[in-house]
Amino acid sequence: MAGLTLPPRAAAAAAPPAVGQDPPWVRALVLTAVVGFIGLFLFAPLAMVFVGALSKGVGPVLHALAQPDSLSAIGLTLLVAAIAVPVNAVFGVCAAWAVAKHSFPGKAFLITLIDLPFSVSPVVAGLIFVLIFGLQGWFGSWLSDHDVKIIFAAPGIILATIFVTFPFVARELIPLMQAQGVDEEEAAATLGATGLQTFWRVTTPNIRWGLFYGVLLCNARAMGEFGAVSVVSGHIRGQTDTMPLHVEILYNEYDFVGAFSVAALLCLLAVVTLALKALVEALEPQFLESGAPRHGV
Amino acid sequence: MAYDRPDAPETDVNAGPAPDLAASNRDAPSRAPTPDASAPAAITLDHVSKQFARFPALRDVALAVQPGELLAVVGPSGSGKTTLLRLIAGLEFPDQGRILFGDEDVTLAKASDRRVGFVFQQYALFKHMSVARNVAFGLDVRRRDRPNRKHRDARVAELLKLVELEGLAKRYPMQLSGGQRQRVALARALAVSPRVLLLDEPFGALDATVRKSLRRELRRIHDATQVTTVFITHDQEEALELADRVVVLNQGRIEQVGVPEEILSRPATAFVAGFVGQANVFDGEVRAEVFEAAGMRLPAEGVADGPAQAYIRADQFALGDAANEDGGGLEVLVRRAPPCTGLVRLEVDLEGRLFEAALPRREGFATPAAGDRLRLKVVGGRVFSSPA
Repeated sequence: MAGLTLPPRAAAAAAPPAVGQDPPWVRALVLTAVVGFIGLFLFAPLAMVFVGALSKGVGPVLHALAQPDSLSAIGLTLLVAAIAVPVNAVFGVCAAWAVAKHSFPGKAFLITLIDLPFSVSPVVAGLIFVLIFGLQGWFGSWLSDHDVKIIFAAPGIILATIFVTFPFVARELIPLMQAQGVDEEEAAATLGATGLQTFWRVTTPNIRWGLFYGVLLCNARAMGEFGAVSVVSGHIRGQTDTMPLHVEILYNEYDFVGAFSVAALLCLLAVVTLALKALVEALEPQFLESGAPRHGV
Repeated sequence: MAYDRPDAPETDVNAGPAPDLAASNRDAPSRAPTPDASAPAAITLDHVSKQFARFPALRDVALAVQPGELLAVVGPSGSGKTTLLRLIAGLEFPDQGRILFGDEDVTLAKASDRRVGFVFQQYALFKHMSVARNVAFGLDVRRRDRPNRKHRDARVAELLKLVELEGLAKRYPMQLSGGQRQRVALARALAVSPRVLLLDEPFGALDATVRKSLRRELRRIHDATQVTTVFITHDQEEALELADRVVVLNQGRIEQVGVPEEILSRPATAFVAGFVGQANVFDGEVRAEVFEAAGMRLPAEGVADGPAQAYIRADQFALGDAANEDGGGLEVLVRRAPPCTGLVRLEVDLEGRLFEAALPRREGFATPAAGDRLRLKVVGGRVFSSPA
């Protein structure tokens, strides 16, 4: 019985090492490998973008960004994100809500469909829209008759971006909502809340951090998408160039400072996204599990 | 009295911090099933059936819950208890039959229109809301007669006082213990002045000591509010201790409905005797309404001749006297005699068969120890024909 009366600390010290406690040299080796890999393949290239942009000082960077074509690309990218992200946030919440809180025939098929944009190459996604709305496409002649431009214009770019970035919000929310179950919604119903009241007062607050994170990722991808947008944009300078497309054009014209300047701006977006994510996690350590503040207010 | 009612109701009503609750239920007759047949039952399940996929959860269940009573639904897991509660709450809908609240048919009414208080097994508190906001939720979502802020806050304070959580209004559910969460869930359910309070395994997720005290709490709160209450449990002891009446459910059917005393002393079926009384089963034979097995003889009124089983609870044994026992008594060997209060609980061995006997403590009588040989006589029990 002596073992049971030992203070916990002494008992722990006497206990054999727990499973998963590897020797120090193994841990050091694995850690070095991981840090080295991240440094070499993730951090160094990102740093190189800024080095490349600032190689001749800040002045040329600002000059490159102030070019009308650059400004137009920045404006178009912001417009695309401003439309695609809210649309995908709304539909992502709807899809996750339907999948996680309800059961209906064809649910498994719907989950597969949500993943489709991830499994299809963005170039193919772009081609799909050309096939549908292009001049030779299904609606092509009708659209040109009515003077509506979708392909090689902003609407096509927005459609392609929505397609490519659709899964981010839904994929973030589905596991979260499934884990939370329907208990709180049922409790709200027995307390007299309507479906809409339940959604706004109970469901939404519980998913707010997951939604926020999904929107961040969705936005990063919406601004950075190249492949699908490249196919439908037509690369008309000052009109249908987004930032990633503009980077490629400048680079192909040997305007390295210009290319790296626009690229740096895109990278800055990634950095801001990561910083926001880190901030959220610092404020809310269990933010993926729940929306409850740790301390009473 | 066969079960324990720790607080006398008259002191409760005075001590009860919820005058408004008491007032709103004044028309309800004070506790216990009413003999008044003319008054409609608070809840009537009219031959309700419910099937999930291929598995029938409830089969032709008919039940009337009397106004103001505290009713326990007890049964093993998978017996349909939770389904029964969810049907009453409107979280599920029956395939057949009707559900009435008083005279009102609510069979197809939505949960949000039924005004039921539901306490979920895992409480289902709103994690992102403080205790006070949780309790106020039912008032805040009202579309009609929404109380103003002052009334709402007063009501919340009153309910928190009722469940003895006055100091914790600003905490969040994650900062509370299991027992405290349970009380919040109860206060939240009571906030809407429910016509019926439903509790799903209210003590299932709590440890033994908290369970005990919360049981008494529930009885006190029920007596103070007089709200018709149905709770489900798989713990027959809990049901017998707490409830005015007990419903025993097995495989989706009601086996027996009755006051705890009746369920315990006159089990209607072998299942009730085995599950609720945790009785020991002895195989034997009935002849001319008398059950006989090795060492025992029991009256078996109304049981057909043939093989039968006697269900004998641990407390239906007594120390026997070899010479003049009916049937000779049971010669047993004491295997274990753990220290205890109240009845002396022994694990005894009858020719290789172990069972529990709980004997009354007698003055001047040495408590049996492991290894002792005893002769037991059977002083009660129920006999049922052996299943075919």
